[in-house]
Amino acid sequence: MRIFHYWFALWGIVFRELFRFIKQKERFLSALVRPLVWLFVFAAGFRAALGIAIIPPYETYILYEVYITPGLIGMIQLFNGMQSSLSMVYDREMGSMRILLVSPLPRWFLLVAKLLAGVFVSILQVYVFLGIAWFYEIQAPLEGYLWLLPALVLSGLMLGALGLLLSSFIKQLENFAGVMNFVIFPMFFMSTALYPLWKLQESSVWLYKLAEYNPFSRAVELIRFALYGQFNQEAFLYTSVTFTLFLILAIIGYNPSKGMMKRKGR
Amino acid sequence: MKMTPIILSSLLLWTSVLSAETVFVTLEKDNAIAVVDPVAGKLLKTVKIGQRPRGIQLSPDQQTLYIATSDDDTVLEVDANSLAIKGRLPSGEDPETFAINSLGTHMYVSNEDDNQVTVIDLVKKQAIHQVTVGVEPEGIAVSPDNQWIVSASETTNMVHWIEAKTNQIKENTLVDPRPRALSFTADGQQLWVTSEIEGSLMIIDVASKQIIKRVHFSVPGVGQEKIQPVGVVVDDKRQWAYVALGPANRVVVVNAQTYEVEKYLLVGARVWNLAFSPKQERLYTTNGVSHDISIIDLAEHKVTKSIAVGRYPWGLAVKP
Repeated sequence: MRIFHYWFALWGIVFRELFRFIKQKERFLSALVRPLVWLFVFAAGFRAALGIAIIPPYETYILYEVYITPGLIGMIQLFNGMQSSLSMVYDREMGSMRILLVSPLPRWFLLVAKLLAGVFVSILQVYVFLGIAWFYEIQAPLEGYLWLLPALVLSGLMLGALGLLLSSFIKQLENFAGVMNFVIFPMFFMSTALYPLWKLQESSVWLYKLAEYNPFSRAVELIRFALYGQFNQEAFLYTSVTFTLFLILAIIGYNPSKGMMKRKGR
Repeated sequence: MKMTPIILSSLLLWTSVLSAETVFVTLEKDNAIAVVDPVAGKLLKTVKIGQRPRGIQLSPDQQTLYIATSDDDTVLEVDANSLAIKGRLPSGEDPETFAINSLGTHMYVSNEDDNQVTVIDLVKKQAIHQVTVGVEPEGIAVSPDNQWIVSASETTNMVHWIEAKTNQIKENTLVDPRPRALSFTADGQQLWVTSEIEGSLMIIDVASKQIIKRVHFSVPGVGQEKIQPVGVVVDDKRQWAYVALGPANRVVVVNAQTYEVEKYLLVGARVWNLAFSPKQERLYTTNGVSHDISIIDLAEHKVTKSIAVGRYPWGLAVKP
């Protein structure tokens, strides 16, 4: 196998994902409308909800819309990661996965390529969302938009790997919808996306602990700091470790001789 | 951990050298003043000064800081470089705010409890006159041509026009309830006055002494009762005016030509007084309840930083 083959396969998978995303106009629209509704409707009602504490990376007082924006970026990537994996279940049901998996390239590479394709699409969504938010006066320092990119790659990979792992457990499309409800919503609500940790600690210690160790929280904090030109080392390490873990498990899960596919007899 | 590389920090250092300035903040509850480097965004030190310091102003030659220590019934003369107390001025009882003419020869002090304005000769360091004004005088200002001293009486709801030459009230302007702060435009043609209870800003024509415009405020998500305008400043070009809205935790940006509200900026809790940087590139605010000051970038009209300074920051003075 030459590097060209790998590149060609990666390009094919990314292009397919992108093509599918663009073709499914309602998916593109819902990917944008979802965080925008949160921003314009939900956040607008909680303008003064944060009280007056200043928390890093912010250097002054912020409106709730400003606080919630990195959380909504995380939400875009979370949904995208899950939806991209959902398409794996669909591919498996439709049989098109077989074509992909019979490729002579290693399976781990195909899975990572699939992940990268999902991340690429999510990054497009995020920047379109931030472009709209800019006109709503949610403006980070310009350098922040650049630093955000590597953070988005890592957080997108981690959330995509989680989706991939989950999809390896799932036999049918219908089951996956249930998992989405049991994974997406708890992950999103029990995180720092909507409220800072100190606020969660005020209401419930166990909620605070769950949010603190929720990988989604760390991804959101990585995004939050990067958007303001800062590097959150702890969030970076935590997200990197969880990504590696999820990816290894997903690769095992998709291995016909070891993983869940064997158990399911597929 | 900042990702900004060495080039950026060098640039920051370079700009800080170029525009280095010091902000002095009176801390009402700490009986002290905070010394802040606003460019580096750091509290440099806190210096004990006297009981309940509130009004603070730099002399026109920028060598002396005048600080009203209300519970000591005096205005301190403090060396602006060493912060050593040089003298005490006979301000009358409970001095809160004061104004100095542009020549640096006279100071006018509001004595809230006595309903008086004390006139101090800064050369002789003597109180030379006391002008009886309305009930609870607070905001006070001297016109740029040093012809008028205006004093706002909180309870009488009046602005008193005291002629500097005679130290006599020549005219009164009835204003909205509880006027707090006032500020002349640099051209001396207008006087901008805030009303705490009405929640309004009034623009008075100096020639006619009549209100020519009233501006009301409405902050999305904030109750109208919390909008209590206090400090007001107008830039030298009379392009923008800035009003501190007290418990609304906002500074409002007003177009000084059209009197339209441009923007509300979120700052700390109970924003009180305002001061420009020497070149009017930045605006500093004291946030009484959140115990900090906020820095506003005036080119972009954005709050860039808030710095904790101590308990109940009240007034500020900026030394170039």
